[in-house]
Amino acid sequence: MNDQNTVRLINDNGLRVDGRRLDELRPIKIEVGILDKADGSAYVEHGKNKILAAVYGPREAHPKHIALSDRAVVRCRYHMAPFSTDERKSPAPSRREHELSKVIRESLEPAIMSEYFPRSTIDIFIEVLQADAGTRCAGITAAALALADAGIPMRELVSACAAGKIDGKVVLDLSDVEDK
Amino acid sequence: MHAEPKQLVTPGELLAEGPYFAGENTYRDGSKIYSSRIGLADLIGNKLIVVPIKGAYIPRIDDIVIGRITDIGMSGWQVDISAPYPAMLPSSETPMDRDAGRGDLAHHYGVGDLTLAQVIAFDRSRDPLLTTKGRGLGKVTSGRVARIAPAKIPRVIGKKGSMITMLKKETNTDIVPGQNGIILAIGKNPDQERIAVEALYMIEREAHTNGLTDRVRAMIQDEMKGKVVE
Repeated sequence: MNDQNTVRLINDNGLRVDGRRLDELRPIKIEVGILDKADGSAYVEHGKNKILAAVYGPREAHPKHIALSDRAVVRCRYHMAPFSTDERKSPAPSRREHELSKVIRESLEPAIMSEYFPRSTIDIFIEVLQADAGTRCAGITAAALALADAGIPMRELVSACAAGKIDGKVVLDLSDVEDK
Repeated sequence: MHAEPKQLVTPGELLAEGPYFAGENTYRDGSKIYSSRIGLADLIGNKLIVVPIKGAYIPRIDDIVIGRITDIGMSGWQVDISAPYPAMLPSSETPMDRDAGRGDLAHHYGVGDLTLAQVIAFDRSRDPLLTTKGRGLGKVTSGRVARIAPAKIPRVIGKKGSMITMLKKETNTDIVPGQNGIILAIGKNPDQERIAVEALYMIEREAHTNGLTDRVRAMIQDEMKGKVVE
């Protein structure tokens, strides 16, 4: 793993390629309520990640048969814009995006007090505008903020952070080079 | 008490620990009480509440709402009251003739018409039911509507109706606030209605500030200058 021709991800001072300590996150910028049409919205910059999240609802369930009689249905769509990566990504939702949509939904569902809005739906849309590793985590943070911005009752705000292992050391919030 | 009264709190923020009751928009975990929404924390007696600053309209019985007819059915109308649930206005709850047929239903209310109605039944298992039987209720035939966040309606009314009384007096219009965030202003000329609607949007934008009633009054008086001829 640490051959002469590969880059060393942690230098002798214990700092990473971009100068961060092992447990240091990338700079974060957050804005809330930036979309007029959505009931709630948030924009998160996490390092070079740029993510937009919009929440609609609670609103009438369409199609009607998906509605649950005791709580709201939470739907989530995670999507990467075609221009978000180095090589153009097909705008069609990939297997990976389908899975992440489900993972993100399941991370947010326990926090949402959906039992207040039976027979309705809460729709979450996460759009990755620029990707730089850790988009799912930044997406969760953005979605949680958008939910709160929509005035939906929640047990807490959900935030997320990726972790990885470099040379046997646990490292927080991997960047794109470290991820590869 | 961890949060100050009137402090802005976010979901999951610790409000207090100890012998308090968990009121609206809060929840209890052990002896700790947390907020469940974005809003302003407040303490009423021994009860902690969070006054929400955002959120969808959830119907409550006896609420006065303004809705738009979206469909005509066999025995009534479907009304959009900008809630997560579609409301029903049965023809038996309107002052129209009981034996009237379906054709007459469309004659009474067409799709797109606005109606001022009252919620008579709603629980979490059934869609809201409306009535237009009552003083002042029924089809909206004149005036202008403003659409603001339902959570801001109490601010439009003000303490003991102080804000709305001032609005009515200064703009010389009749203002009917629907609990669902849709407000009707009926004036004697378009200028009065326009100024009233402008004032309503101003209240929505600055709902959280102090001394708002006086500033809105000043704005209205400024706008009304030389415009209104009785």
